[in-house]
Order: sequence, then structure tokens, then C-alpha cells
Amino acid sequence: MILSREEVRKVALLARLELSEEELDAQVGHINSLLSHFDILQQLDVSGVEPTSHIIPIVNVLRDDVARPSLTREEVLMNAPESRDGCFVVPRIVEGA
Amino acid sequence: MSDLTQLSAREIARKVATGEVSAREVTEASLARIEAVEPKVKALLTVMHEEALASADALDKRRSAGETLPPLAGVPIALKDNMCTRGTRTTAGSKILANFVPPYDATVVKRLRDAGAVIIAKANLDEFAMGSSTENSGFFTSCNPWDTERVPGGSSGGSAAAVSACEVPIALGSDTGGSIRQPAGFCGVLGLKPTYGRVSRYGLIAYASSLDQIGPFGRTAEDCALQLNAIAGHDPLDSTSADVPVPDYLASCNRDIKGLRVGVPKEFFGQGVSEEVASVVRTAIDKLTELGAIVVECSLPYTEYALAAYYIIAPAECSSNLARFDGVKYGHRTKELAGHIGLTEKSRDEGFGAEVKQRIMIGTYALSAGYYDAYYKRAQQVRTLIRQDYEQAFQKFDVLVTPVTPTPAFKAGEKADPFAMKLADVCTLPINMAGVPAISVPCGFVEGLPVGVQIIAPHFQEERLFQTAGAYLRATEWNKQFPSV
Repeated sequence: MILSREEVRKVALLARLELSEEELDAQVGHINSLLSHFDILQQLDVSGVEPTSHIIPIVNVLRDDVARPSLTREEVLMNAPESRDGCFVVPRIVEGA
Repeated sequence: MSDLTQLSAREIARKVATGEVSAREVTEASLARIEAVEPKVKALLTVMHEEALASADALDKRRSAGETLPPLAGVPIALKDNMCTRGTRTTAGSKILANFVPPYDATVVKRLRDAGAVIIAKANLDEFAMGSSTENSGFFTSCNPWDTERVPGGSSGGSAAAVSACEVPIALGSDTGGSIRQPAGFCGVLGLKPTYGRVSRYGLIAYASSLDQIGPFGRTAEDCALQLNAIAGHDPLDSTSADVPVPDYLASCNRDIKGLRVGVPKEFFGQGVSEEVASVVRTAIDKLTELGAIVVECSLPYTEYALAAYYIIAPAECSSNLARFDGVKYGHRTKELAGHIGLTEKSRDEGFGAEVKQRIMIGTYALSAGYYDAYYKRAQQVRTLIRQDYEQAFQKFDVLVTPVTPTPAFKAGEKADPFAMKLADVCTLPINMAGVPAISVPCGFVEGLPVGVQIIAPHFQEERLFQTAGAYLRATEWNKQFPSV
């Protein structure tokens, strides 16, 4: 096993996924199985090879800094699970405030 | 089945433009066909009855006012449900977006409306386009019209099945590792993944942004060309869309292939490709020789590394893209009381399906401190090697030809092991890594199930795909077969 159950639990926290214990078991299996298939990449000599993050040569796409129409506040909020006074509602972050 | 639903988009547009049939008649025929076969095919998540009839009526009114109608006038089209449609629910096949109604149109949607297409339905897909069968859809699994016990492929399985079953003549899908070409192969229709950057991704719900590309499904090369004519080109709203001129792709469909240099990469005939599929594809390649192409075997030596590199890069990008689902701005929010981190964790756990969670986890791990160089950076270096394979091959060849899938459509539930499922994309995902365009073209059957041949061209040379597919289908007519669903 490449990743222990506790390490997978830590990845789930980083990924902001609250997994049940059963889901965690399944993820430990999945992740370790997939990682073992990635071994093939370690066999390649990639020293001096530039990484490709983007396949076509486009860099620094700029536009003039001019205002243009965008969505209205109502449109932006229309899919919010909860909104009030033109704002998104989130749980209290600072306790006792 | 009414004759109207078997017509090509090109024929429909011509008949609507001349007034031989009305856009309303065509739309009603399509809606009737949908009603008749949907219980068996289950390709569609949302059918847009009223909107479709309203756009059809508007077109008919324009025609009677003497206006010349645009090239897709009155043609019903289905869109994979990861493309935002203003005012119509767009789910990405996920419970987390079950009630999401976009306040804007994706650029492809706007361009299709401008071209006169009648948007009639939103098609099923694997959740967030992650999968090869539609079994990962948060709603239901679609069926293959050639054998409803089998899957239509994925992730754009609904789009492919809808075109195959004549519910619509054309549809759009998106392709990150084969999600247009693989279901096109399974359903016996054409499916094209354009060059990365050829089509705007604005309003496409993102999976892996350096690989995603929108493209057309159709039953003829011409119908795919008409759609690409409408949707290709630079868009100021997508800075990765390329500012490269858009030719008339329709014109390429009628050209012959005398002297066309065709490479056949030998690696694509290993990799678990069944003997029956290989044999059908070899027969298709012989037909290209017969039509005057010069066919030579070649090699893309890094092909075997593409699958592993893809399953690092795509999940890494997915984990980043899907971080936006936090239960605050849109999408599902847990009913349980929880703090602000708990709200996000719980909402995501309830909203995402198993495959999506798995990819988010793999991607998060591959990008996390201490593992980035070993996984993500190395995968991107391997991507460079794969890209160079194609650059070198295209110095000698005009197009490359391979199978689309290792086997014909499999049965629902057959690929229980997620890795076995991923092998269904082994012939298609290297093409996304290289960013080049490719088309899946029907080329025969194995035990009554369609098989596709994949034609691959250099960056921005989609014309060669239409040229090759057009010439091949004029000589064989494998695209004129209809399933009996």
C-alpha cells in the first residue's frame, strides 16, 4: 500500500470531502490501485524534458481595461442556496462576534 | 419512424430554408420520436418542448417574411448537459447541480442559436463528464440503441445515443479523454473532437481545462462540418480559444483522398484491442488505400504512457475546477448544521458521486506538497514526449488512423472495476494529451454492434478529417445503417 488510511483521510480534508468510514475504505482501495498503475511513469527518463501545461502556444492574453455588461446581482444570486440583502449567506466564521 | 427524423441536418436546413417543410413540422417530428423511443434509450435529461417549438415558430416567421435563413435553420439539436443554457436547467449529470439554472448561454449555445439550430434537449452524461458509459450519471444510465442492455459509451453517451436513435440529427458533446469519440464509436455515429482551442469553452462546466474540448456528433461528415462551422473560432470570453481563421469545413467533405499520406501507428493495435475490432479497422484502412491514399505503418512510442499520465493530469485539474462547489454560490447545500468548513465538506459529500470523489482525491493528492514533482510534474513531462510523438509523425503523414475503442459497447454493470472502465479510453485519450483533432467514423459491425475508426490530424487541420471521413463514407455508407430501437 502506497497510502495509509490516515493519509487518505488527510487528503479528504484537503479536498474538503467529508467521507463516511465506508467511503474512506473504498477510497483507500481505489487510490492505491490507481497509484500502482502510475509506476510505469517512474520508469521513464524525463530529465531535461520541459513539462507541457498547455498544448497551444498562447501566452498573456490581454484585453483593454474597459467596463462591459456583466450579470446582474439578481442573476448572480438566483442559484444561491441561501441569500439575503443581496449577499450570499454563509455560516458564522468568527465565534462570539 | 417519420422520414423527417432520418434526414440529415443539411437536408433539413435546405427543406426549411426553401419552405418545403416548416421548422415546426421538423421539431414536432423530433419531439414525437423522442416520446416514442426515450423510454428505451433514456438519452435525455431535459426535453425543451416549449422553447424548441417557440424557436421553430420564430424561424418559420422569419422565412415567411422573406428572410434568408442561416445554415442550421430548423435543425433540432441536443446538447450534452454540461453546456449552460440560459433559463434551462443544466446539471452536468450531477446531483450537486440538480436544480442549477444558468443565467447565461455558453458561447456554443449562442452560436448555434445564431446559426438557426433549434435546441430541443439536454443529454445525459457521466457526472461532470467523468466516465465512459453514462453509468456515473447522477440520474440514470442511458442505453445503446443497437442493444439496450449495453451502454452507449461516455461521457457524452446521451448525445451519441440520441443521434443514433434518430431523436435528433445532430448533437454536441465534450471530449476530455475520448468522451465524444468513444460513444460515437459505440453508437455507430460520427463524433469529432476538434483541436484544443478550436471551440470556445465559455459556459462548458469544466472537468480538466487543458484537455476539455466541445465537438459535434452527426450521422454524416457534412453534418459535423456544418456544426463546426457554426461553433469554431476565437471567443473573447475564453482566453484559451485560438485566434486562428475558420475555413468552410463543409467544402472539405467532398474532396477525394488520392495521394493522402496515412500513418497507421502500430501501438494502437496492441493495448487490449480485440482481434475482431482490429480486423474491421484494418478493412477500413484497406478501403482508404483503394481510394488512393498511401498507407504506411508507423510508431508513436510513448502511447503506452498516456493512460497513466492522463489519470494524473485530468484528476489534478478536476480537483482544482471542482473546488468551486462549496454549497454557497450555487448547487446543493447540506441541510445539516455545520461550521463553514463542515458546510463545504458535507455539501460536497452529499452532492458528488463516487467516481467524481475518487478523481478529486487522486488529483488533490497528486498536487499536494511533497508529491507534486513525482506525479503532476512528471505527468506533464510525459505529456511533452507524447506531443512530440505526434509532431514527428505529422512530418511524414497527413493523417493517422487507429481504432476508436478496444471493443464494441459493453453491457451495463460489466466493468465493475474502475480501472477496467478507464481502459475503454486507451485509444482516444493520447489524442487529448497531444491536443490534436480526431474524428470517430462508423466502419462496420462486430456481432451486430457498431465499430468506429479514428482519424487524427495535426493541430487546426480538421479539414483533413472531413476530407477522409467524407471520402470513406461515400465509398462504404456504414453511416446509413439505423438501429431498430
